[in-house]
Amino acid sequence: MMTPEQNFMRKIEAEEKIEPKDWMPETYRQNLIRQISQHAHSEVIGMQPEGNWITRAPSLRRKAVLLSKVQDEGGHGLYLYSSCETLGVKRADLIAAMQSGEAKYASIFNYPTQTWADIGAIGWLVDGAAIVNQVSLQRTSYGPYSRAMIRICKEESFHQRQGYELMIALAHGSPEQKAMAQDALNRFYWPALMMFGPHDAESAHSAKSMTWKIKRETNDDLRQKFIDQTVPQIEFLGLAHPDKDLKWNAERGHYDSGEIDWQEFYNVINGNGHCNRQRIEHHVRAHEEGAWVRDAMTAYNAKQQAKTTEQRQAA
Amino acid sequence: MATDNLELYEVFVRARRGLDHKHVGSLHAQDAEQALEYARDCYTRRSEGVSIWVVRSRDICASQEDDSESFYDPSDDKPYRHATYYQLPEAVNNM
Repeated sequence: MMTPEQNFMRKIEAEEKIEPKDWMPETYRQNLIRQISQHAHSEVIGMQPEGNWITRAPSLRRKAVLLSKVQDEGGHGLYLYSSCETLGVKRADLIAAMQSGEAKYASIFNYPTQTWADIGAIGWLVDGAAIVNQVSLQRTSYGPYSRAMIRICKEESFHQRQGYELMIALAHGSPEQKAMAQDALNRFYWPALMMFGPHDAESAHSAKSMTWKIKRETNDDLRQKFIDQTVPQIEFLGLAHPDKDLKWNAERGHYDSGEIDWQEFYNVINGNGHCNRQRIEHHVRAHEEGAWVRDAMTAYNAKQQAKTTEQRQAA
Repeated sequence: MATDNLELYEVFVRARRGLDHKHVGSLHAQDAEQALEYARDCYTRRSEGVSIWVVRSRDICASQEDDSESFYDPSDDKPYRHATYYQLPEAVNNM
């Protein structure tokens, strides 16, 4: 007879998915809740820096595209919260943890969007990095998370392309536009690399998550993929690469790159980025301003229920 | 068998772990538990599934086919939601 734990590991090793009602170790469940909710928070907070430019998009076409993208991010947040809720947690608690700072979201969204070119850089680099990670997560061991990732990847393929298309327009435009594109690339390149998290040796949750196949590839492997794929894209734009130490390593078949400023990384994670406070304040405000809608729904349901009970008693 | 007094249930089967439950058909049963057993006997006689959901048909709220034009209309004029809408040069077209 196998113990529940052995049976769980058998499924993991056989590449079978774990489904909500299966037995799972408590730490597996907690690890998933942390990762999926953090992912969900990132989708929702990520609407803010891009939402900042919707009213100032330079054309109706760009505005419609951006609106559509931000709308997608909201939807992706919903898929992820729902998938997290299959683990027996309440969405209200997850959101409270994010608002109190106990739960994190991707640090990249604590950087401001200063120019229109930032919208291009975010679609191209930030969504590009997210896609590298999410493609890998389609094979995560938890069924509902995996299915959410598959849906998200399918929908997100346009996000990176619209960003890059925008960058082409700027990089091949006037000298001022090209300078704006270069500036956005310079500011977003390094934070995009940080999205993959600390080096494997320093990553707190990596080893266990790899054993349980919550994560399928390590932070450094995913980051390398992104670095490699981005080089020809920067070249095509005719922009200067922000990493002056970047060099092709024929032996490894990969680019060697300069070191990330980890002090900046931890600084932003710990709440001291440009926009940390603003992002949370805005989320709290939007949440509170929507409270009357939720209250009205509760009141309506209570009324309907009372009516049904009354009718039943009368009959 | 008289089915008039029995509830109609819709049956969803998960063929393999990791896949979505998929609608396979419906059946009549006295209650949910019985519906599950019937579903097992009717729809998974050849090990078609690893998990079954049964849902009372009258609990399903469905959009109407007749309204589909106005219902889905808002997405018809938004081709930019598709990746293929963005023409990129061959050199970088693998994104």
